[in-house]
Amino acid sequence: MEIHEQDVRLDGNAAAGLLQEVFVHEFSGARGACASCGAVGEMGAQHLYMAPLAPGAVLRCAACEGVLMVVVHAGGRFRLGFRGLVWLEMKDTAVTS
Amino acid sequence: MAGTALQRRLTWRVAEVVDLGDETPRVRSLVLSVPGWPGHLAGQHVDVRLTADDGYQAERSYSIASAPAAGERLTLTVERLADGEVSPYLAGELRAGDKLELRGPIGGYFVWDIAIGGPLLLVAGGSGICPLMAMLRLRQAAGSDIPTRLLYSSRSLEEVIYRNELDRLVATGTALDVRLTLTRDQPERWAGYHRRIDTDMLTEVAWAPNERPLTFVCGPTPLVESVAESLVNLGHEPTRIKTERFGPTGG
Repeated sequence: MEIHEQDVRLDGNAAAGLLQEVFVHEFSGARGACASCGAVGEMGAQHLYMAPLAPGAVLRCAACEGVLMVVVHAGGRFRLGFRGLVWLEMKDTAVTS
Repeated sequence: MAGTALQRRLTWRVAEVVDLGDETPRVRSLVLSVPGWPGHLAGQHVDVRLTADDGYQAERSYSIASAPAAGERLTLTVERLADGEVSPYLAGELRAGDKLELRGPIGGYFVWDIAIGGPLLLVAGGSGICPLMAMLRLRQAAGSDIPTRLLYSSRSLEEVIYRNELDRLVATGTALDVRLTLTRDQPERWAGYHRRIDTDMLTEVAWAPNERPLTFVCGPTPLVESVAESLVNLGHEPTRIKTERFGPTGG
């Protein structure tokens, strides 16, 4: 079966549950800056590549498709790589509400 | 207070099915009672986890279709995919009184609240209507007159999810316009659209770019990307177009 890139692309929003396990705070509304092109945006709006049974996911910049971060959840561990994120900013939800 | 932060941590909760109803031949809504449910925003989703007797687990994300409300109830609407691993169970075998595990609410990006305002442009393909329905239900429950347009693509009239409720919302609500496009089969004398959503259709249905609508698009990845691209080409601000792609969910 031929797989087209477009068929497997998701939004960062789809990994919000997985990443909230790690960060505790809500992840899809978090903003970050791409190290490749400098674009700043919400993580939920970036491109996510994650298959249903895959042990991990790759988040790419919606502007340039550069890799922002990689997360693997397997063998009882989370491993995160932030190769293409200059910074990541999220709301401290414990403070408000 | 420590408790506040702890509540924000995502935990798996046991939900009980209190009611089920078919929306279309392949789509079923589940009303769940979730003890300790902290409430949600329109557009958020939950992760549902099923565990087989041998310990094998499968996890899927489903949008919450009910409006935010006080209490422990929420509604998920599930499309039964023929070769799916989770959806045939949720939308086929599950009965009232059965329990399942879920965690949420999840997401702070693809969300809408009355205070965010409009005008709103909602574009859905198939079961992509679900998170948008939470927004429409919230809008109605709040008696809001925020100008709102929904463009909804389905294969046939029988596959239009929430068809009667959408009719009711249009009849009883204020400043709400719903347009359907039926891409495969149309009833006789169907006066609506009968093709995939394209730039011409968006030009007719969408607000003018200078009205700065807030747009939510949800559906299969190709539909979402083509709609978002068309809207940007028409001059809409990319940052006011929020998308949720289904991708190959694996059902």
